[in-house]
Amino acid sequence: MTSRRTALSRRALLTAAGSAAALTACASGSGAVGPNTPLRVAAANHVWSNALRERLPEFEQVTGRRVSMQILTADQLSSSYNVKLNASAVDLDVMMMRPLQEQLLFARNDWLVDLTDRVADPAFDWADVQDAARARSTTRDRVLSVPVVTERPALYYRKDLLPDGPPQTLEALLEQALSFTDRDAGVYGFVGRGQRAPAVSQWSNILYSFGGDFTTPEGRSGIDTPAARAAYTYYGDLLRRAGPPGATNMSLEQTMPIFAQGKSAFLIDADSVYTNFTDPKISKIIDTVGFGPWPAGPAGSVPYDIPSWSLAISRFSRLQDDAWSFLQWAAGPEKVLEIQTAGIPGARRSAWADPAAVAGFPPELAESMRRNIENGADHDRPEVIQVGRARDIVGRPLVAAILGQDVDAVAADAHEEFTDFLVRDNRQQEA
Amino acid sequence: MSTTHPGRTSERLSVAPAGKPSRTFEQQNRRLRWLMLTPALGFVGLMIIFPLLFTLNLSFTDAFGAVNSGRRYLGLQNFADALSDNRRFWPALGRTAVFTVGAVALETVFGLAIAMLMRKAFTGARIVRTILMVPLLATPVAIGILWLLILDPTSGIANELLQGIGVPRQEFLGSVSQSLGVLMLIDVWQWTPMMTLLLLAGLSTLPEEPEEAALVDGASAWQRFRFVILPMLSTTLLTALVLRAVDALKTFDILYATKGPGGGSDFEVETLNVYAYGLTFDYQEYGLAAAVLVLFTLGIIGVVVVLRLRSGRTTS
Repeated sequence: MTSRRTALSRRALLTAAGSAAALTACASGSGAVGPNTPLRVAAANHVWSNALRERLPEFEQVTGRRVSMQILTADQLSSSYNVKLNASAVDLDVMMMRPLQEQLLFARNDWLVDLTDRVADPAFDWADVQDAARARSTTRDRVLSVPVVTERPALYYRKDLLPDGPPQTLEALLEQALSFTDRDAGVYGFVGRGQRAPAVSQWSNILYSFGGDFTTPEGRSGIDTPAARAAYTYYGDLLRRAGPPGATNMSLEQTMPIFAQGKSAFLIDADSVYTNFTDPKISKIIDTVGFGPWPAGPAGSVPYDIPSWSLAISRFSRLQDDAWSFLQWAAGPEKVLEIQTAGIPGARRSAWADPAAVAGFPPELAESMRRNIENGADHDRPEVIQVGRARDIVGRPLVAAILGQDVDAVAADAHEEFTDFLVRDNRQQEA
Repeated sequence: MSTTHPGRTSERLSVAPAGKPSRTFEQQNRRLRWLMLTPALGFVGLMIIFPLLFTLNLSFTDAFGAVNSGRRYLGLQNFADALSDNRRFWPALGRTAVFTVGAVALETVFGLAIAMLMRKAFTGARIVRTILMVPLLATPVAIGILWLLILDPTSGIANELLQGIGVPRQEFLGSVSQSLGVLMLIDVWQWTPMMTLLLLAGLSTLPEEPEEAALVDGASAWQRFRFVILPMLSTTLLTALVLRAVDALKTFDILYATKGPGGGSDFEVETLNVYAYGLTFDYQEYGLAAAVLVLFTLGIIGVVVVLRLRSGRTTS
């Protein structure tokens, strides 16, 4: 009796183990794709994503494919891609990504679907996309993403404090920012990103306007040149003398509320976030916010003009055709025009040429955008595979400047580190 | 309630078809035991042993960009690179040590003091204990955000309170020089209750006679604590120290939630954990990150061994 019970238990256990294994295999394995399988879209927490999410039923109705959209912060999104794509996960189809931050790395890892043939579809009108944006979507002659959002810097200012308009030069900006600063009253002349890596993209405008760049034309480190040192010192002075306390811990999430609550006279950040200051739910300055073009430095006014966000298809996606339909819909001429009309700048010439689409922006901002596009540089961060590491290195002298430390010494040390880094990064690019 | 007689069971089980060797109950039971253990062993193997071995293997390679991309074995190169990195690795190790020693020392002192106060029964003891548990129940990320709001340099309530008593405004987590100290204090705020509860449990098991004898002999309160209670509590104290020290060494979430990638703009709270995370997710240098983690794990094991050895010596 005991023996039989033991045998039965063993059989039951084996059966249970077998069933569990089968269930596990079904859950994690390569079950067939069906009409009910959702198209999984991973997106950043951005005004564009929110605008598109509202319009998803339209895509679902036309294609019959349900869309599951996950929205994460930019950092979370990057980490999520790293984990999922390293695991060859199939639960990711469309990826919203930063071409200047991630495309070289993802291309090296062969994580993106080659879209070269697909964008040739006349209905998609690839030639309509701005040249710089097309160039950023293309790595080693392969189109790997399609741009959806473009960005330039905007000089956000308070019209009530500056009735004569925004400063036209960086020198005037510093002077005026200092004149408005009253720390005891909790009022600051300027607020901007001070965190080491996030600050680099906004500081790039100052670097270019002082005549510098992250690298020299020969591809060597450019962060220890006189122009770069002057740019570091300028931004450090601006934030240290006219900025709020704790500036080195601030990124857009911290600076935006300070400006939106009317505690600062100036803010420098991307023009695509302007709706945060015109939304009465979160802004106290909807009637007084102004938008200025990028002020001129010693080398003129040289802001960045970049495709900040693109859409790509994961190589491990089992719904690549549906994913391409999604890209065609979201980044096609019609939707870009529609979203730009709602105030989110896209990368298509046709949308920028349409007065109705430009009318979606406040007139002063539209003029600022136009002027910034004329003078724009095509990057706002070092053009390398390991952008995160490069930003950390380049940002070190920036933090030293904000803290009032010896900029020259830190810039020299960062230059040495950046030189070694560029050699290794070049090797990786050639591998 | 029924008991099985081993001999009789063996006899019954040994009745088997002729020609086949019979198996005893012990033999069958041994097999069944292994079968029952299989799920747990499988789980441990899959979730602990495999990742450890995978990380160890990765630490000897030049894995970069993607974990599974073609990687070459470099021998101990990653370990040499990490150990010769004076910009990030050694400062991160130093911060890990400062954070752990500082936070655990304060938690031990405060935890012991509170436990001594709560040792004797008093009205409302249960309520006090429940309140003490509150910081333990919150997640580190929530705690990080809560303290970020309280300590915000421009609009936080902490500066309002300080100004109210005439103290100048502080930058707290916005300052590169104050951040590590502030985060240690937040850790103390969160984890002192755990030390208190552990030590309270230890105190409740101590016999009262030695202390009463010391009291009769005229020992002061401090002498009774130092020479009677503390030696008797040493085993519990060292166990609590080991548990808390290992946990403090591994602190990551609250550092990341408050200071972001790289432990702040000047790497001011970048501990080894934060550094390894950055190498993995921000730099995609998986080989080097794995080497740092292996070194870190060896360090933690070293700390535990030292503390256990000290514990053994003290007990003996």
